[in-house]
Amino acid sequence: MQIDRKTRFLTREEAIYFGLLAAVIFLILPLALDSFRLNLFGKYLTYAFVAIGLVLCWGAGGILSLGQGVFFGLGGYAMAMFLKLEASTPEATAIQSTPGIPDFMDWNQITALPWWWEPFNSLAFSLIAVVIVPVAFAFIIGVAMFRRRVGGVYFAIITQAIAAILTILIIGQQGFTGGVNGITDLRTLKGWDIRTDEAKEILYFVNAVLLFACLFAAQYVRRSKLGRLLIAMRDQEDRVRFSGYDVASFKIFVFCLGAAFAGIGGAMFTLQVGFMSPTLVGIVPSIEMVIFAAVGGRLSILGAVYGTLLVNWAKTTLSESFPELWLLGLGALFIAVVMFFPNGLAGLWSEQVMPRLRKLFAGRGAGARPPAAPVPANSASAPDSPAAKAAAE
Amino acid sequence: MSIHQTSFVLSVEDLTVSFDGFKAVDGLTFYVEPNECRVMIGPNGAGKTTVLDLICGRTRATGGSVRFKDQELLTMREDQIVLAGVGRKFQTPSVYEDLSVFENLELSFPRGHGVFGSLFFRRDAEVKDRIQEIAETIFLADLLDEKAAFLSHGQKQWLEIGMLLIQDPELLMLDEPVAGMSVAERKKTAELLNRIIDHRSVIVIEHDMGFVEDIATRVTVLHQGKTLSEGKMDKVKNDPKVIEVYLGH
Repeated sequence: MQIDRKTRFLTREEAIYFGLLAAVIFLILPLALDSFRLNLFGKYLTYAFVAIGLVLCWGAGGILSLGQGVFFGLGGYAMAMFLKLEASTPEATAIQSTPGIPDFMDWNQITALPWWWEPFNSLAFSLIAVVIVPVAFAFIIGVAMFRRRVGGVYFAIITQAIAAILTILIIGQQGFTGGVNGITDLRTLKGWDIRTDEAKEILYFVNAVLLFACLFAAQYVRRSKLGRLLIAMRDQEDRVRFSGYDVASFKIFVFCLGAAFAGIGGAMFTLQVGFMSPTLVGIVPSIEMVIFAAVGGRLSILGAVYGTLLVNWAKTTLSESFPELWLLGLGALFIAVVMFFPNGLAGLWSEQVMPRLRKLFAGRGAGARPPAAPVPANSASAPDSPAAKAAAE
Repeated sequence: MSIHQTSFVLSVEDLTVSFDGFKAVDGLTFYVEPNECRVMIGPNGAGKTTVLDLICGRTRATGGSVRFKDQELLTMREDQIVLAGVGRKFQTPSVYEDLSVFENLELSFPRGHGVFGSLFFRRDAEVKDRIQEIAETIFLADLLDEKAAFLSHGQKQWLEIGMLLIQDPELLMLDEPVAGMSVAERKKTAELLNRIIDHRSVIVIEHDMGFVEDIATRVTVLHQGKTLSEGKMDKVKNDPKVIEVYLGH
């Protein structure tokens, strides 16, 4: 009986935690914050998509990518290209020497829309590209790296280099990409003005729903045999290989999944913040995203969301008052987490806070109905299983 | 010749691997018959583990051929070799410490080995019954929900043997299965191995001569990557060359 437990999609405890996070995101934040702050938190939550992907890749699978900003950026740019084209109607750009193309192209003496921009006139194509482009890119990187058994630090360094390369490429090709400024001045989505407070509120909730969709997808993966295989690969890659699994294809899969999440996050960033630029693609944001996941707990998808919110909130608050100290603070935080709380906030919660709460409850409610069964009850009932099975037969 | 190819489970011919000019295995040839238990002995550095690594694809050979039921293994990927029916146990117990005993066994169950197969793998009655059965064989039925990290050294070895059993390979390769075990564990393991080598071909590397005598159908003595002697235990034991390089000390 206790064996069934773990294949259930959500245990009772996890259902409560999912419910709590839903309450925070869908009720508490919208009620407590004004429109400006809510939009800010909506922006933070777009990074959480990346952090969830990192929990799967890094926490579960042991694949540390320092280039997740690439996928966030590709998703964000795909969305931004559509919005930019919609904003660049011939009427709106009448003062340009070539009306009807994005303003930055005109500034760079480009006189016709490049062919690879054309498909982004279609919303359907753009939405598909938000997911497919990052996934395809991750697939190529994944095949190139994992088939050759590149892993660990080498993989981290290479992904970081890719982030740097893509940033330089975007900045260098400013006629096609908007350069260092990125793609700005985005206005409407199919005629719907995304800059109003009302639109931002709606986008916040769209973002929240998508975030939960990704959380559920991640939870499904973790609960599946594939999730257990990832953990197994992290510990004993050879044993997995010699149990008949093609290890590389599992790594490629989880890396692509993380890229898909990141791409969705990037697109929601573009929609909520109204621009996309290379500052969100490079090494610094990519490493920041790893820190969000580490602070929240690299083994916990929900922890990653809290970690993202907390670090970003701290960043906004502290960098307003001590702009020069923030980066040092972030670095110190990362070192502290790695050294003292390797499992982050989620680990702190499940290892320190929960056991104490349980003790407290157990002490008080000894005579009454027992509170939520603690996890160890699991193993205590183990010997029942063969007996129960025998009885059933 | 062709008769031979089909009657042997494994045909290793002229197998050679050289690491920067050093020939760890040098023109090795041997054949394993169905239901045979072949034990490889030899001094340290003789190339015993390397031979297993070559057969299961962990190390790439520089020459020769390894045929398993008429399939050439040297060009296959490790996981394909496993799925073809060759199981390998490593010298140090390698189990998944963060997973439970049940989950360790489940991952070796021969179904859902692709990405999507494992994503939609269902833990049905067949899986559970098989795991229960194997767990009883390897003395771990009461510890199914224990994390593998909390098992003793001997129990981890049994678990890994169990993981191989659930794969049900036709050829099983064991690298020092009783090394580092207590006397009691050793006895239990010998009993376990004797039971599981019954219906399959097995290659075992072992130093414990009592244990070897107990299980071996035939023995191959390796020395410097070459076969020094081969045959029944009695014959090998009395071979003067073997006594000189191996049994002598």
